[in-house]
Amino acid sequence: MKLLAVLTIVTPHVNYVAILPELILIGGALLLLVSGQLVFAKIPTAFYSIGSGAIAAAALVASLVIWHDVQARGPFTTIADSVAVDGFAIVFLVLVSCILILASAIANDFLVREGIDGPEYHVLALLAGSGAMLMAAANDLILIFVALEIMSIPLYILAGMDSRRRESGEAAIKYFVLGAFSSAIFVYGIALVYGATGSTNLPQIASYLNTNIITSNGVLLAGLGLLLVGFGFKVSAVPFHMWTPDVYQGAPTPATGFMTALAKAGGFAALLRVFFSTFGVLRTDWQPLLWAIAIVTLLLGAILGLVQRDVKRMLAYSSINHAGFILVGLAAATSQGISGSVYYVFVYAILVLGSFAVITLVGGKGDENHDLDAYRGLGRRQPVLAFAFALLLLGQTGIPLTTGFLAKLYVITAAVRAHSYALAVIAMLSAAIAAAFYLRLVFLMYGVKLPVGSGGDEGALSLPVTGEPDDGLDPTGSVPTGVNIGRVVVPVPTAVAIFVTVAVTVVFGIWPGPLVDFVHAAHFLF
Amino acid sequence: MSVSATWYLTLAAVLFTIGAVGLLVRRNVLVMFMCVELMLNAANLTFVTFARRLNDIAGQTAVFFVLVVAAAEVVVGLGIIVSIYRRRPGATADDLHGLKG
Repeated sequence: MKLLAVLTIVTPHVNYVAILPELILIGGALLLLVSGQLVFAKIPTAFYSIGSGAIAAAALVASLVIWHDVQARGPFTTIADSVAVDGFAIVFLVLVSCILILASAIANDFLVREGIDGPEYHVLALLAGSGAMLMAAANDLILIFVALEIMSIPLYILAGMDSRRRESGEAAIKYFVLGAFSSAIFVYGIALVYGATGSTNLPQIASYLNTNIITSNGVLLAGLGLLLVGFGFKVSAVPFHMWTPDVYQGAPTPATGFMTALAKAGGFAALLRVFFSTFGVLRTDWQPLLWAIAIVTLLLGAILGLVQRDVKRMLAYSSINHAGFILVGLAAATSQGISGSVYYVFVYAILVLGSFAVITLVGGKGDENHDLDAYRGLGRRQPVLAFAFALLLLGQTGIPLTTGFLAKLYVITAAVRAHSYALAVIAMLSAAIAAAFYLRLVFLMYGVKLPVGSGGDEGALSLPVTGEPDDGLDPTGSVPTGVNIGRVVVPVPTAVAIFVTVAVTVVFGIWPGPLVDFVHAAHFLF
Repeated sequence: MSVSATWYLTLAAVLFTIGAVGLLVRRNVLVMFMCVELMLNAANLTFVTFARRLNDIAGQTAVFFVLVVAAAEVVVGLGIIVSIYRRRPGATADDLHGLKG
């Protein structure tokens, strides 16, 4: 009888409302997957896309319900303290829902154009979205690891979705091998942190660190370093960025945009929570490390972006540069820096989705038209599309009156307030360098003749303002043979998605109040 | 005679290093997979050792999560390999060089 009492397993109370957005995404994804088998007719791609968008919208509504709940009752944890429901998590729940809605519209036109049938793309996207949401809400290192995998595994498959292009499969295997490598490092880091602190639960680790003064604990610091390596791979921080350009180039373009937005959102959500909230006591130990990583990430992303001829590779280096900016906010290790980083992730996710939507359209059938030359004279051929792309690129540059400017301003201000002046100066310098390749693309679209770098020659480094207009040429400009310049087809769903991203960028750039207030509500539970 | 926890931790660290180095130097994708498995199992050994030392069950339950995730990862990884190498003779990473870098 005594043995029985020992064997009684106490199951934790599960607050299903608190994880409703994730449940909606997973359940919806499974429904979408089987729905095609229940009907004996061929279901059009649009049905799956609308279904996917509706599921994501339901998750958005559920997130807002939880938001209301948290505002009324305050943040709480559930399922044996492994899920945190706080302002920080909900900001990311909302962001991921928005990413999924926009991405399903963009993916629809790509799938129709390439003739890829079936619900798989949307199902994988929804599952990855649920993983990213769980990463933001996870309050336990093991749950963060599981959520990281729920997010990553569908992304590996999405990268290899376009089976007709050989590069797509290559991107998938590269992403997979390096992703699995980083996950293994991450889980070893968790094991070491567990050994040093006796728990994998974030609040318990924090209270352990607060009550015990740790003078020299090699195991804990090694674990922390390995966690940072694992996160660094996911958010493509230098020196863990090697996979980024290849995977961005090889993956189908809408999947690239989705992957960038989602991996940055999920990865940074968990990174900020773990480092600032849990290991905040040890900030003197991890701050110098993050400082160094932020600097090399900023500079390498900006400089290597200059010499790319492929637009997707260029945006890959641009995303590395942006990761550096987000790390600047974390390296400041102040609550202002964290809100700056959260705001940056929010803004960047929307910007990058819109940018890759335009690239998807310009890529044309076969998804191969990604050379810089494909953009030559786009401003004259299709002024509206080019104008939208120009606004998105200017947003990424950080031109005033866009959200990108405010995002850069917030993280750099936080760095200055934290007295890391060198970091602030280097961040501004890298923004200036990165501006060169964004503006080069903008000038190219509007028919300004420019030297276009080809694999690192000296012409690539000259600034675009030195160019002169080539008004003597025909509207298509001087296009080398082999680049397919036709009229870019702009389907309605993608056009709406691009319009929304541009509107968010410009409206909240001019009138920042609502979005900034929303992001400022991103408080940690403890 | 009992073996102290330090030895298990050292063994785990050695296994993890072998896995990490193997993944970086070996060129066969299947061997690279095995190296990832080695790294994950080194982490599992560390979990169990610490759980025993701390007299805490949480570390042992963590192993189950890692095992499940590892299995899921292998399923997807092998699927990707099969889909790529269906048209190729061998499974060597050096054959994949369409993308520079």
